[in-house]
Amino acid sequence: MRRDGLINKGLTGGGWRIGGLMLLLGLASINTASAQRRSSDNALPQIAEINRQISGVWDEYGLRPSEPATDGEWCRRVYLDLIGRIPTVEELEEFLGDRSRDRREKLVNMLLYDERYTEDFARNWTTIWSNMLIGRTGGNDNNSMISREGMQKYLRDSFARDVPYDQMVHELIAASGSTQPGSDDFNGATNFLIDKVNEENAAQATAAVSRLFLGLQVQCTQCHNHPFNDWRQQKYWEMNAFFRQVRAQRIGGRGDNGGARLVDQDFRGEGAGADISQAVLYYEERSGYSRTAFPVFVDGTEIGRDGRVEQVNRRQELADLVVASEYFEKAAVNRMWGHFLGYGFTKPVDDLGPHNVPSHPELLDYLGGEFRKASFNTKTLMTWIVLSEPYALSSRMNSLNATDDPQLGESPKFSHFYLRSMRAEELYESLIVATQAHLNRGSYEEQERQKNMWLQQFTSAFGTDEGDEQTTFNGTIPQILMMFNGDLIRQATSERDGGFLDRLASGPLPGPKKIDYLYMAALSRKPDRQEREMAQIFLELHGNDPKKALADVWWLVLNGSEFIFNH
Amino acid sequence: MIRFSTPDGMSRRHFMRHMAGASALTGSALAMGHTLKTHASELTSRRKSAILLWMGGGPSTMDIWDLKPGSRNGGEFRPISTSGDMQISEHMPMMAKQMDKMSIVRSMSTREADHNRGRYYLHTGYVPNPNIEHPSYGSVIAHELIDQRPELEIPPFVAVGGDSVGPGFLGMAWAPFSVSSNGQVRNLDLNMDVNRLSARKLALMELEARAMQNDNRGIAVREHLEVIDKTFKLMTSPQMAAFKVADEPQAVRDRYGDNGFGNGCLMARRLVETGVPFVEVSLGGWDNHQDIFPTLRDDKLPVLDRAMSALVEDLEQRGLLQDTIIIWMGEFSRTPNINGNAGRDHWARSWSCVVGGGGLNGGIAVGETSADGTAVETDPYSAEDLMATVCQGLGISLETTFTSLNGRPMKIANSGRVIRELIS
Repeated sequence: MRRDGLINKGLTGGGWRIGGLMLLLGLASINTASAQRRSSDNALPQIAEINRQISGVWDEYGLRPSEPATDGEWCRRVYLDLIGRIPTVEELEEFLGDRSRDRREKLVNMLLYDERYTEDFARNWTTIWSNMLIGRTGGNDNNSMISREGMQKYLRDSFARDVPYDQMVHELIAASGSTQPGSDDFNGATNFLIDKVNEENAAQATAAVSRLFLGLQVQCTQCHNHPFNDWRQQKYWEMNAFFRQVRAQRIGGRGDNGGARLVDQDFRGEGAGADISQAVLYYEERSGYSRTAFPVFVDGTEIGRDGRVEQVNRRQELADLVVASEYFEKAAVNRMWGHFLGYGFTKPVDDLGPHNVPSHPELLDYLGGEFRKASFNTKTLMTWIVLSEPYALSSRMNSLNATDDPQLGESPKFSHFYLRSMRAEELYESLIVATQAHLNRGSYEEQERQKNMWLQQFTSAFGTDEGDEQTTFNGTIPQILMMFNGDLIRQATSERDGGFLDRLASGPLPGPKKIDYLYMAALSRKPDRQEREMAQIFLELHGNDPKKALADVWWLVLNGSEFIFNH
Repeated sequence: MIRFSTPDGMSRRHFMRHMAGASALTGSALAMGHTLKTHASELTSRRKSAILLWMGGGPSTMDIWDLKPGSRNGGEFRPISTSGDMQISEHMPMMAKQMDKMSIVRSMSTREADHNRGRYYLHTGYVPNPNIEHPSYGSVIAHELIDQRPELEIPPFVAVGGDSVGPGFLGMAWAPFSVSSNGQVRNLDLNMDVNRLSARKLALMELEARAMQNDNRGIAVREHLEVIDKTFKLMTSPQMAAFKVADEPQAVRDRYGDNGFGNGCLMARRLVETGVPFVEVSLGGWDNHQDIFPTLRDDKLPVLDRAMSALVEDLEQRGLLQDTIIIWMGEFSRTPNINGNAGRDHWARSWSCVVGGGGLNGGIAVGETSADGTAVETDPYSAEDLMATVCQGLGISLETTFTSLNGRPMKIANSGRVIRELIS
C-alpha cells in the first residue's frame, strides 16, 4: 500500500498511529483502483482531455497529485455537489456495496437521471441559481417586486425538465409578464430582471447580464473608462442601450407583495427632438462631454436603432447575441468548474475580461466548445467534470503539492481537492437527511419556506440600492453557535421519545454499530479506534445510558470540521 | 493560539479524569461569576478603542459635512454654525454642538465608485485583488490591540446591524462578530447542563486538534478549531452582558434614538467599556439615486444626528472619548450634480469623512473642495491615509508589517501617510 507512507508522515505516533492505521485498514476495503486508471478507461473523450490538460500542468509545476479519494469520500462529494446534500446511510451502503468497475458512472447517472432524484437535483440547482440571480434576500422584503417563489418555480421547472442552458438564459434575458405565480401572464423568469431595470436606466440589468452570462464586469465603466481593462465607457452604454425598452410595473401598492410585471415599451430616444426610428441615449464622460450610444453588442455587432418594440425588440436581440457569444460558453463552463472543484479557472469566477488570465486557458476554451457542441446540456457538462481525475483526488495534501493552495494567492492547479465549507443550504439539507427528518416533511413550498426562514439569520444586506448582501456562513462564531445550540441541532440531538436518537438507541443494532451508523450518516465513513474510544468514554460518563451517549457523540460528529466541510 | 493536550498514549481513564476535571473547573468558574466592569474609573490602563460608524450605500457628504450654498450643485440644505471651527448641515443640529470634539476631512479623494469595491477599499486601504484578501479595519485593530486586554472573553471585533469586511489573511479568528442592534445573540442559551457542555467541548477540541495534525487539509481546519475555542469562551462569559442594550435606562436609550442605529451606537459604548477594541455600527440606506433631499431630511439625518451626537457626548461624559476614536464614513459619496430623479449618483473624487476622539485634534475641517464640490483643492487624502491616522492615534506603530498567506509583507494601512492636521 503506497498510502501508508504518505499518511503516516502526518501522524504523531503512539496510539494515534494505530488509529490512523485502523482508519486506513477500514477504508482499504472500500478503496480500489486509482482514479488515473479508472478515468483512462472511460469512454468519454472530454474526460480524458480534462485529465490530460490538468495533469500536464502538474508536470509543468512539479506537483504530485494527492492520492485518490476513497469511495466514501467521493460519494459524499458527488451527492453534495450534484443534489445538495450528503448521502443517507442506505444510499452510501448501496454504493459501497457495488463492486462493479463502473460504479461511479452508475452513481452519477442515477443522481442525474433517475426520477427518484429529480426533486433533489432541481432543488439544489434552483437554490444555486436563485442566489445568483436574485440573491439570498431577493423577495424577502414585503416591498420587493421580486417573487422568490416565482423565481424558484421557474428554475425548478427548468432544471427538472432539463432545459438547455442557452434556452434558459435566453428566457431570463428576454422574459416579460408577471412575477407572481397564479397570475394569468405569470412568467417566473421575469423575477431576474424585475428589480434591475427601473433605476439608473437599468444599470443593474446591464451589469448582471454581462457578469453572469458573459463573465464581463462592466459596472465600473458606467462612469469612466476602466483603468486596466479593455472596457470603455462607450461599450457600457452601448450594452445598456439594449435595456431601454423594458420597465417594471408594480401590481398593487408598496408593501402588499402584489408582485410586478415586466413589460416592453417603445423607447423614444433621449434629448430634444428625439427620433424614435433612431432612438439614441446620451451619457456624460468624466470630462463633462455628452456622447451618444445605440445598442451594440460587446463584439461590435450592431442591431437596428429603431426604438419601437415591434420594429426591434432589443432584449430579444440581446438574448440572441448573448447565447451566440463565445464568452457565453466560457462563462458557463468556468462557473460550473468552480462549483465542483472549488475554484474556477479565473478568480473571481465571473470575470473573464482580457486583464484576468485564466489558469488553464486551453481547457477553458476546449470545454466551452464542447459544451456548445453538446447543445448546452448541463447534465452532460456535469458528468464530464464529476468523473474527471482532479475531482476524484483526496483533499489531503502531500509534500509535493502543498504549495498548490489558491488561498495563498496561487492560481489553482487542482492537484488535490480543495476543502470548502458547505453552503448554508447544503448544511441544512444534509442535517435534515442525516437525522431522517426528511421522511416526514411538509409540502415542497412549506419546506422551502422553513429553510428560507432559517437561512435569514446568516444573511445580511449592505444597505445599498443594488441589494448587495453577504452570508456570514463561513466559519464565524454565529455559525458555530448555531451548530452548538441552534434549533436544528437541538432537534437533531434530541433524546425525545420516538426521535432519531431514541429510535437508534432502542433499535436492533448492537452498541458499536450504533456509533458506526452515526459516523456513516454524517461523515460517510466508520469511526476509527480513537473515536470509538471516545464514544465509550461518553457511555461510561453517562452511567451506561446509551441514548445520552449517542446524543453526545452525534453532537461531536456534527460539530467536527469533517462534517461541515466538503472534503 | 489554541493549546491542546497531546493525545499520544492517553489512556481512557486518564482522559475521563481530564474531562471530569474540566467540567468541574468550568462549573465553579461559572458559579462564582464575574461582575461586569461598568465603571470607567476601574479602567486604569490607557487602552484604546475605535468605533466605526459605517454608512452603507455612500452618503452625500455635500449635504451633511461640506455644504456648497450658492452653487447649482448645492441642493436644498443650508449650513449652520457649530461648536467647532466649521459649518455643517442644518439637519445635524445636535452634532453641531459636538463638533468641537470631531473633525471633518473634506479632502478625501478616492477612485472606487462601485459599492463592493469601495466598501472593500475604505475598510482595508487596499483595492480588491483576486489573489489576496486584505484584513479590514476591525480585524487589524483588534489584532494589534488584543494584548492590552487579556481579560477579554468576547470577540474583539464586533459588527452591529450589518456585516463588515472580513479578516482576510489574518484568519477567521479575527472575523467580525455580527450581532443585530437589539443585542440579542442567537443560539447563546446553553440548554444543557454546563458539565455536559464541558465534556463535549473537551472531546471536540481533542478530535479537532487531531484532525488538524493528521489530515493535512490546509488552514481551514485550524481556523475552525480557533473559532470553536472562542465560541466556548463567549458562551460562558459574563461579559456578554455588554450586548444587552435593554439594560440601559430608557432615558439613555431615548437620547440615542432607541432605534436600530441608536441602539447600535449605545451598544458600541457598552462594548468599548467592557474592553472590546473595535466596534463597527452600520447605518444603511444612503444610496440615494432619487429623491435625496426628503430622504435625508426626514429619515437618514435625524437618526444619524441623534445617535452620533449621543455617542460623542456619552463617551466624553464617561471619560472614554480621549481613548476612543470615532470614524464616520461610507464607501464613497454622491455626485455634486443633481440627476433627473432629484437624486445623486456615485462619486468618489471629492468627499468627506469625519473622525475624532482618542486624542485626535477636534473641531477642525481638514482640506477644501471647490465651490461646486467637484474637486479637492488641497492635498487630497485617501482611505489608507485615514487608516494610518487612526492607527497612529490608537498607538499602533505604522511600521507594523503583516505577512500575507503567500509570504508577501504587507505594511499596515497600506503605507498611508498620517493626516498631520489631526495629530498634534
